[in-house]
Order: sequence, then C-alpha cells, then structure tokens
Amino acid sequence: MSSDGSSRRLTGAEILWEALVAEGVEVVFGYPGGAIMPAYDAMLKYGDRIRHVLVRHEQGAAHMADGYARASGKVGVALATSGPGATNLVTGIATAMMDSVPVVFITGQVSSTLLGSDAFQETDVTGVTLPITKHNYLVTSVDEIAPTLREAFFLARSGRPGPVLVDICKDAQQATGTWRAPTHAPTLPGYRPSSHAPDELLAQAAYLIDHAERPLVLAGHGIVKAGAGELLRAFVEKAHVPVAATLLGLGGFPATHPLALGMMGMHGEAWVNHAIQEADLLIALGMRFDDRVTGRLASYATRARKIHVEIDRSEVGKNVKVDVALLDDVGRVLGALTPRVAARRRDPWIARIDALKGDSAVRDIQGLPDEGRLYAAQVIHDLWRITEGKALVVTDVGQHQMWAAQYYKHDHPRKLVTSGGLGTMGFALPAAIGARFACPDDEVWVIAGDGGFQMTACELSTAAQEGIKVNVAIINNGYLGMVRQWQQFFYGGRYAATPMRSPDFVKLAEAHGLTGLRVTKRTEVDAAVRAAQATPGTVVIDFRVEQEDSVYPMVPSGADLAEMIRRPPPPSPLVETAEDP
Amino acid sequence: MTSSNVRTHTIIAHVEDKPGVLNRIASLFRRRGFNITSLTVGRTAEAGVSRLTLVIDADDDTARRIEANLYKLVNVLLVEDVTFAPSLARELALIKVRATAATRPRVLQVCEVFGARVIDMTAELLTVELTATHDKIDDLVDVLAPEGVLEMVRTGVVAMTRGAPPTLPPRQPQLSSAPDSHNSHEPQGTSPWPESPTTATPISA
Repeated sequence: MSSDGSSRRLTGAEILWEALVAEGVEVVFGYPGGAIMPAYDAMLKYGDRIRHVLVRHEQGAAHMADGYARASGKVGVALATSGPGATNLVTGIATAMMDSVPVVFITGQVSSTLLGSDAFQETDVTGVTLPITKHNYLVTSVDEIAPTLREAFFLARSGRPGPVLVDICKDAQQATGTWRAPTHAPTLPGYRPSSHAPDELLAQAAYLIDHAERPLVLAGHGIVKAGAGELLRAFVEKAHVPVAATLLGLGGFPATHPLALGMMGMHGEAWVNHAIQEADLLIALGMRFDDRVTGRLASYATRARKIHVEIDRSEVGKNVKVDVALLDDVGRVLGALTPRVAARRRDPWIARIDALKGDSAVRDIQGLPDEGRLYAAQVIHDLWRITEGKALVVTDVGQHQMWAAQYYKHDHPRKLVTSGGLGTMGFALPAAIGARFACPDDEVWVIAGDGGFQMTACELSTAAQEGIKVNVAIINNGYLGMVRQWQQFFYGGRYAATPMRSPDFVKLAEAHGLTGLRVTKRTEVDAAVRAAQATPGTVVIDFRVEQEDSVYPMVPSGADLAEMIRRPPPPSPLVETAEDP
Repeated sequence: MTSSNVRTHTIIAHVEDKPGVLNRIASLFRRRGFNITSLTVGRTAEAGVSRLTLVIDADDDTARRIEANLYKLVNVLLVEDVTFAPSLARELALIKVRATAATRPRVLQVCEVFGARVIDMTAELLTVELTATHDKIDDLVDVLAPEGVLEMVRTGVVAMTRGAPPTLPPRQPQLSSAPDSHNSHEPQGTSPWPESPTTATPISA
C-alpha cells in the first residue's frame, strides 16, 4: 500500500465510490437491496463527497438521474440492486436511450459463482437491457470495476450520449483490489463517437443554402446537447433562415427570437407544418425525422432538398432520404458553415410564413372571458407569465405536455425537460427532483396530468424526506386526456378506460407533510402560483381544468403534415387570434 | 426506406472477442428487422479479435445502415461491405446422398466434376464434402437432388478481400485503469469514418 494516495488497496465497493468521485459525481439516486449492500455499506464513508437520494421505486431513481443529466448536461447516476431492483429501472433506461441522455446505471448482481443458477433475485440484466442501452457491462471481478466505470462514463457522455449499465457481482464488490485514480481516457478501439464533416460536403451544403429561396432550419435535441444555441443564432441571422423546433429542441433557440417559428409535427404550429411542406430546403440539425415530426413520409417536404447534420451515422437515411449528410457535432458544423454561407435576406419567404400564420399566430389566452371555467392553456400561459419564462419546466406525457410546449415560451436551453421519444408517463415528478439537484437555484415546475402524476406520485415522499422543493402543477381533467382525445377523434367518442378518478391531491400532499392547493377558476391561478413560489417546500396544485378539451392542431398519425385537425371556430371556448395578449 | 435494388450483400465485421458480442450483433439485426441469410463467426490471426461474415439480402441504403448500426456497437472494430470489392468467398457443405451400387459411379462422377470429396461411404449412401462458392454448392445440390439428398449442412459464407489486409484500429491491453502513455485525454476515434459515400444524390441545383 502506497501512502501517496495514487494506489490503494480497497474493496470493490469502495473502488466503486472512488470511481464515482473521480468522475465528478455529486449525487446518486438509488434504492438498496441484497446484491448491492456492499456498495451501500461503503457509501457511508463517502457521504461527505456524494449525496445519496433514497427513492421510493427504482423507476424514480432512473428518471431522477435522467432529469439531472438533462438539466445539467452532466452524467446522471442511478443505483439499484439485482433482479426486481434492476428490472424496475428498465422504463427509465429506455426513456434515457430514446432521448440520448447520458446516465450510468449501476446494478448489483448475485455473486459470480451463482451466475446462471437462477439464484435469489438473479436476473440477466445485461441481457434485458441490451437493446435499450448504448452499451452495458457485467463485472465479475474486482479488478474490472474501476476501468469499467471509466469506460461507462466516457461512453455515456461522448458522441451521441446515452445510458450505460454496469452490473456488478456481489463478490466483486466484497473482494479487495487496487485503486488508482484514472488519469486518461479509456481505450475503446472500436468506438467512434463522431467524425469530421469533410470540406467538400460543407461546401455542398453552403451552396444549397445560398441558392435556396425557402429554407427552414429544423432544430432538434442535438442543438441543446451540443450547446450550439449561439452558433445557431449566428448562422440563421446571417443566412436569414427561420427556425422550427422539435419537442426536444425547444429552448435550444429562443422562442421569442424573430426567426423562431415554434414547434413542428403532430401538435406543432399549423404554419410551421405548412412551411415545411412549402420549403425548398430543410436544414435538419441534430434531429432524427421521427414519425411524430414528419407525418406521412411519402408526402413529407417533397419540394425540399435536405441537409442532415447528425452525429449518429445510422440516423442518416433512416426515415427521410437526404441530399447532403454532415456527420459531425452540430456545433462544429454550424461553426464551419456560418463563414461559408452568404449573408442575405429572404423577406418574401418570411412574409409567406407570416401569411400562413393568418389569424392563428397567437393564441389569445389572456383576453378570454372568464366563464368560471378553467383551461389548461390558461394555466400554462399564466405560469409562463408569472415565472417570466425563466422556470425549469419538467413535463409528464400527454395533453399537458403538448400544451406546455405550445403555451410556455421556451427561451433557454435545458429549461424544458420532457420525455419525447419514449413518451414515458410518470416521468415528470422524479425527473424534476433530479433536475432540482442539477439546478438548485432554478424555480422548478412540474407540469403533469392527473394520470401520469399518479404513476410516480410516491416520489413526493422522496421530495419530503430530502427537503427538495419542486412546484407541481397537476393539470387535472379527470381523464387520460390524450387517449380520450384520440377516442373522440378516431374511435367514435367511445371512452374506453380513460375516465379516471383520482385521490384528493391536496390531502395527498398534506399526507406527505407538503402543501396542497386547489384551483378551479382562472381568477385563482395567479395567487396559487405565487403562493407556491413563496412556500419553502414542495407544493402540489390541483388545477381542475376543462375535462374534454383537446390539443390543436393535430396531424393524425400517418397523415400528411399539412392535413391538420384545427380547433373549432367560436363559439369554441378557446380562441386563436392574431392579437398578442 | 426501401428501394428495389435488393441484392445479396456480404459484410465482414471484425469484433473484439468478448462475451456477448455475438448476442449484441444478433440483437441488432433482430431489432432493426434486418434479415440474415447466413452468419459465420471465428477467430482470426490476431489474438482477441474475432471475425464475422454476414450475408444479407438488402438494398444498398439498408446495407449502408446495417454498416452504420454495426459501428455503433462498441466492440465492433471494423466493418467491410465486400459486395463490390474484389473478394474471395467460400462455404463448406456436407451432403449425404443416396448411392447404391448401381448409382454410385454416376454420383462419384458428379462429385469429381465439382471437386467434392467423399468422406464417408456405406452400401446405401455417400457423404461428400465441398468447399466452394455459395452458388457452386447450390449447383451440386441441384445435380444430386434426383439421386436423393438425405441430409445436408452448410457453414455459411466466409469471405475476405483480395490483396492487402484491412487495417484495424490500434488496440491496447484491455481493461486497465493504470495510467497509460498510449492514451490521451482526447476522445477516441475522432478520425473520419472509413471511406463510404455520405451523399445520397449528387448536387445539381
């Protein structure tokens, strides 16, 4: 044993924590159990360096680590035991995989001598998670723990980020090995996190951009992940190209910028979808032409040439055939592209999009007569107004998620955290708790439906125990609203298993020692939001909104992007007018 | 995206010889719906490196995506689509064919023409071995069919390009957390992808 600290004899469990400290981990979300107990026992020695958050269900730990990673840009860490502990992580791992979120999942495993014997709480977790991780490892010896964790963090954060799972046998945690602080990046000879777009292709892209009359930027999650918002702004201001965003791209480019058009796709703005269909060039930046974005592929943007800037080569040509593929970090491409494109104006195209906006450009939420009813759009609009657009908004999945995308103007990257690809109900509350650790000075608002909130409502107890403050806005319409909306539109109004009775959310909050409020009228929204802001602990507000409201516009699944179901005209209660409130 | 130019692609993947690698590749093909015609795995001249030969019926776009998806697997060192490259491809077949005293000369003559070797013989049957291209083995089977093919096993294709061998990325001793002068803080693999077209259509605006 050397005394300089560079090389020490430690147990595998201690090496695990040393490795996490070396990676800069501040907080771990987890739940103990038999096969991970050595790691938990060793954790007590590291309590001054790493905080552990005890969750109420391992899915919560996965979403917390995910929310932490999305809000911070760093790698999140979740810890669970073997068998059911590990399988409870699975939904959270898949959520992180679909949205390319860097999370390292560490699971205990039965002792290596018992592997394959169907031992108590043994599950083939590396087998189970193989298709939903970027990579995974089964560690059977103490000597593999440190180098494997080094690789896991490197893989999680580099290239196209993603979740990595490390399954560590109990006997490897208990054995003694040598710990040395890592000083170098791991050696992964087959791993190619990114490539450089060659000059020739950059020149082709610049040529297409300069010669386009109706170009459109499609800004995806990659802009946020690459921290390329300012580079995007410089590019589009020089080339005068309007910007449409995917759901996960929101905030990557400020919604209040004059060239920002808003969200595209199934519940995107009508003028954005029309503009995509009229464009002569699409510049896709860090997005993957998901089916919720394209509608029917055969008729998608048929007049447009396409430039695809993407770090993951397997995404190119997967859904949409492109003319130029730039396989590189989106920030690096924008930095190289901006000097190459001509500074020019495209006023006729901008004017054309303004004309497409027509009378639906601004949803008049403020000017609505108060009929004593409450609409989700009003709640979210008021939240945006009262928080001055600066809150860290974490949504669940469903109608409220789309309304949060439409009515909260997202100006800042990493301030909208939402499950896009997998669409995981129950994501919001735990993800918000994780995001709170990433951004302790931010005002964090959960926007969730009554259905999704109940899937992980047990994590209120975690927030209470940890003294974590998040504000929870439950958009409570008494239905599984998005499914109800589909039933209304596409299933003859037959509401199969969508009416939902919920507990008294005010009392539920109070039962956790937290504050609960109820709002049933527009006139009460302001005071409730401000009361939540002023309360030190977590506050749950039960917003009793209009029960059968729907999200508009809507491109039916598989329809042409321009074929949208629009909000019925007045006397429909919500009006979309050109007047900015 | 599928188009009509479906052809038989032969893809070689050089992979790290680690537990579960074959499972990862099989899982990838299953999940993405790529259909494998044949798959062979074996050791190479380099310690710690295994090599797969995959035969797939796919259009060129799909083959390119298969290659890109294989590269996403961390343990995959190099992928070569040798469909259009000068290459050597061989398959081994064992064929058990009915051959009585009356028909045996005819069967043996066929085997001789194809270069197939007799490795077992009883009064009623012959077992022959043929190493050849996939198509040539098909031809032999067709010719022997009227005699009565009782049993057959084929290995699937193994292939390599002609000329100089491919260059694999440099490999370090595996799984060592010790400081290593060969490493650097730079992310690995920032070098360009192996040569492959990245534009779908030429620019002619």
